[in-house]
Amino acid sequence: MTRNIHPLLIAGTVLVFMFLVGPLIIVLGAALSDTTYLTFPPQGLSLRWFENIFQIDAFRRTIFTSLQIALLSTVIALIIGIPAAYALNRHRIQLPGWLSTLFILPVLVPELVLGFSLLKNLAVQFNSPIYLSLLFGHSLIVLPYVIRVISASLASFDFSIEEAAISLGSPPLKTFFTILLPNVRSGVIAAFILAFITSINDVSISIFLTGPGLSTLPIQLLAHMEQFFDPTVASVSVLLMLLTVAVMAVVERTLGLTFLAK
Amino acid sequence: MTQSLTLDSISAHYGSTQVLENLSLAVGEGELVSLLGASGCGKTTTLRLVAGFLQPTSGTITLGGRDLTRLPPHQRDIGLVFQNYALFPHLSVADNVGFGLKQRGISGDAKTKRVGAMLDRVGLAHLADRLPAALSGGQKQRVALARALVIEPPLLMFDEPLSNLDAKLRIDMRVEIRQLQRANGTTSVYVTHDQEEAFSISDRVAIMHAGRIMQLDTPEILYQRPANAFVARFVGFENLIAMKVVERDGAKITAEMAGGIRLTLPLEQFGAIPDSFILACRADGLQVTDNAAMEGIPATLGLRTYLGRAYQYQAETPAGALIANGPLTRPLDAGVTAKLVPVPEQCTILAPEAV
Ligand SMILES: Nc1ncnc2c1ncn2[C@@H]1O[C@H](COP(=O)(O)OP(=O)(O)O)[C@@H](O)[C@H]1O
Ligand SMILES: [Mg+2]
Repeated sequence: MTRNIHPLLIAGTVLVFMFLVGPLIIVLGAALSDTTYLTFPPQGLSLRWFENIFQIDAFRRTIFTSLQIALLSTVIALIIGIPAAYALNRHRIQLPGWLSTLFILPVLVPELVLGFSLLKNLAVQFNSPIYLSLLFGHSLIVLPYVIRVISASLASFDFSIEEAAISLGSPPLKTFFTILLPNVRSGVIAAFILAFITSINDVSISIFLTGPGLSTLPIQLLAHMEQFFDPTVASVSVLLMLLTVAVMAVVERTLGLTFLAK
Repeated sequence: MTQSLTLDSISAHYGSTQVLENLSLAVGEGELVSLLGASGCGKTTTLRLVAGFLQPTSGTITLGGRDLTRLPPHQRDIGLVFQNYALFPHLSVADNVGFGLKQRGISGDAKTKRVGAMLDRVGLAHLADRLPAALSGGQKQRVALARALVIEPPLLMFDEPLSNLDAKLRIDMRVEIRQLQRANGTTSVYVTHDQEEAFSISDRVAIMHAGRIMQLDTPEILYQRPANAFVARFVGFENLIAMKVVERDGAKITAEMAGGIRLTLPLEQFGAIPDSFILACRADGLQVTDNAAMEGIPATLGLRTYLGRAYQYQAETPAGALIANGPLTRPLDAGVTAKLVPVPEQCTILAPEAV
């Protein structure tokens, strides 16, 4: 069976694809270049700029911080966000409509404003430790994504299933874990990935909340770029991409499989 | 170990809206009582109260003498069958059915055995390993039924369990439900908006309207002797004619309706007739004839429709618009003047009501 596809449609698809993938290829190429300056196409092939990241102490530390903050803030956002999304959807009829909007406000407020006010009110006012401020800020910006994504998968969840389980003798809290969670598994995975990516790539909040002795990878990258214009920028970018993909794969596997095994 | 259920003066609200008003209901041991009524009359609300998903604002609910009113839903031990089946999408048929047993600490061989026996009874043993998504509507409802029955609950409740199935399967399934319910002798409450379904499988039927039970009786009594105008209309008495007795004469009375039209009615058929009453007649209970000599309600015939067993006429009378049936042998045209003759066996007498 063959179908005629309009040539313009094919051309359009190719263009969009190139537009999406093109920059990634350029960054990857530049990162592999053997030169001391940023260039594309790469001249010579080398992994020295990747090696370079790990030789610079600040990068080594910030990779670890970024991963830690991203994982922790994602987990915190899930712990708060899943029950919140559940309550919002379970009691949608009884709750006022603006309540679910309230939970996406942090994405509507410009992140710079949010970052600045967190700095002023949290870090300065209460003199809270940098690490905690940073973690709090990241949890705050990823929470709306978690609530949004989980809400989307709960929207199609039939809550009478939960009532069926309860009527068969399963207490409500147990029902939440054995019946509800397995059925929004894909939503939880999607929320995890989205939150993690948002956190690990964040600049605008982190730029306010990082401080002496504590920085994240993108902020460290900015600092590096102010002094050097070598392919480290490209190699760190590639590293960020790889980290993201790796986390996606791990989450898919573990979360996907453990939920399935139940 | 079946038990009787009582609801005593239950009222329920959603916010400030009252949904049930002083509702009382007693379901005997092993009895199947249906709640029948139009959408929105409070049937599901009643089930949710008994199941414990909703708290009454006043009144008590007891099952086998035990007060359920404040018991959390997971401790009530009631089998529920939902309209949309509500199967656990991520569990196999066998695990769905075994879910309630697992909550009761029954596992291993004992569980496998009981699940197997239950699946046998509903004819689904060969589908034990399937996921619900791979089942037809009828099969899903059988799994839901098996899941509720296997825990051997003292009370079973069904909320429109057949309304997502096609007509033929609905009839098969309702027979199956009734047989299983009879065999186990489980006290049951069955919610439906389908009169035929309710009448065919119930010991007694509660006809509900706006959060109240209008009449609770056996299907036979409801069908022949409705207690009020609402129930009369519900079970198909299309014509309700207000009348006043003008003369009592031994075994019969003469009564008058609007427009001064008089009818003679035999007491033997209706029992006592109060001075002021409503004559309720099915369309079959008003026979159309063009024989002007007969005693009846004079009428001008309107639209004629074919019912298979008779012709049905929309008729204009001094007592208002009525619906009457006439013989197939003698179709009459619109505009013809005719008489509508009451057939006592197809009519009943109601007490007059404040409208
Ligand atoms: N969660 C709810 N919030 C507010 N009103 C509701 C809710 N559920 C049902 N109702 C209202 O209560 C009344 C009875 O509903 P229900 O018991 O579901 O009727 P039935 O099952 O007979 O169709 C209806 O008027 C309905 O609109
Ligand atoms: Mg309902």
